[in-house]
Amino acid sequence: MATLPADFADLEPFSAWAIPTERARYAKRLASTMDELQAFYDAAFPRMEAATSYLEQHGVNDLREDGRRLLWLYCSLVTVSFPVEVWRQPRVPDSGSCALDAVVEPAI
Amino acid sequence: MPHFTKPREGSWTEHYGLGTGPISYEDSISPEHYELERDAIFRRTWLNVGRVEQLPKKGSFFTRELDAARTSVVVVRGTDDEVRAFYNICRHRGNKLVWNDFPGEETSGVCRQFACKYHGWRYDLEGACTFVQQEDEFFDLDKADYGLVSLRTDVWEGFIFVNLDADAPQLHEYMGELGAGLAGYPFHKMTQVHRYRSEVRSNWKLYIDAFTEFYHAPVLHAKQAVAEESRKLQNVGYEALAYKVDGPHGMVSSWGGMSPPKDLNMVKPIERILHSGLFGPWDAPDIGLDELPPGLNPARHPAWGLDSFLFFPNFMVLIWRTNWVLTYHYWPTSYNTHVFEGTCYFVPPKNARARLAQEMAVVTFKEYGLQDSNTLEATQTMLESRVVTEFPLNDQEILLRLLHKTAHEYVDKHLRKTRGTPVRVSAAS
Repeated sequence: MATLPADFADLEPFSAWAIPTERARYAKRLASTMDELQAFYDAAFPRMEAATSYLEQHGVNDLREDGRRLLWLYCSLVTVSFPVEVWRQPRVPDSGSCALDAVVEPAI
Repeated sequence: MPHFTKPREGSWTEHYGLGTGPISYEDSISPEHYELERDAIFRRTWLNVGRVEQLPKKGSFFTRELDAARTSVVVVRGTDDEVRAFYNICRHRGNKLVWNDFPGEETSGVCRQFACKYHGWRYDLEGACTFVQQEDEFFDLDKADYGLVSLRTDVWEGFIFVNLDADAPQLHEYMGELGAGLAGYPFHKMTQVHRYRSEVRSNWKLYIDAFTEFYHAPVLHAKQAVAEESRKLQNVGYEALAYKVDGPHGMVSSWGGMSPPKDLNMVKPIERILHSGLFGPWDAPDIGLDELPPGLNPARHPAWGLDSFLFFPNFMVLIWRTNWVLTYHYWPTSYNTHVFEGTCYFVPPKNARARLAQEMAVVTFKEYGLQDSNTLEATQTMLESRVVTEFPLNDQEILLRLLHKTAHEYVDKHLRKTRGTPVRVSAAS
């Protein structure tokens, strides 16, 4: 069953990244291998111009369910961009046992 | 040669007369000194506990655990729309009045009255005791004598403050010139709130130290820029546009070339598409300001990017050129631990793409924050070794001198009052 807007059907294999909260997105990043993060990035990054054009047409509260999931998925790409573009590892280097947890965030 | 003009004295530090010698960090590693700070600072100064938007209607309330001030407070909007704060204690036998599940955890909500879990005593939103279970069993008890104990509460630009000291100056006076210089900034329009919380294993002042100097930024955060840009930043180092000190408070004004960057190749691939990063979404929303308040970008420099204000003791406000705000709070829980809160405030996004750009700014803040917090534990543990006891600070670290000096002055003043003679644990010279 399609969970993303039809134009983004190619991203369906990565729909597990359509996660509603930052805390859960970050947890999935830490629980993933670099290969998994890279695979998601390599699929979603080239579609980002198209996705942002789609998102630009809608208010956050006007998104249909599939559009909301697309926004969640791209919020995950933001979270995953750091390991892929910067750190080359899922964790922030030298962050050891530190945690910085979202306790308030606007719902999407 | 400085890139930006310094005061006539040759340095900001000398201009503000803060001394140029090395400083001791004994004030950050001594349990005894921390106990003094609790009484001298956290029970004497205005503490920001939240914003008025957290109390949208009559009966909206939240609690705040002020461990450093040895208390818990409940902040509530009354039926008369006034914001008040009360000590979070039932007048009957001292049970904490408002809490859920865990007495030490903060809570919030909307209610018509407060009822104690223990024996059912009730209080209205203005603090008056309205019901005593089996009132006839008591001896000459007059409910009018058993209202909640209030503490001083005031609001500055929508930020709610409390003060445990009945003799402290008024909040607006306390906020001084730096506070007055921000009057009219439209904080109330920035209702899109993301808050992060971290339990940090360091003295509260060490995190403020980290966030009131940008000297560390080109080094600690080097990898967050693309390689060539990072090398450039490290060669140039960091210089502020201006510093200001007013009483216990200080501010640093910074350049900010990344919003938008001069050259797209300076930033990471995802930032090029999202038009957002550490400095916030590049497409600044209209916040209805024709002119910046006088306290912002005091040097009126065209390269201005952000101003960071430290309102003593533990409240920082960062205002960005791209029309968003970040606040930091540092809540001590012991001499070498504290709770850090970082909160991003944006205007509501005009569309879903703008929401994604805000997410980029928030997540970037988190990545930087994670780099910063672990450094603090590493610093705390080695300071505690006392192998080295004096540390040099450069001119870009002026606000660290101000913080430690101010904290000491509060402790000294407190000691003079309570003991007659100050005993300095260490000296910020």
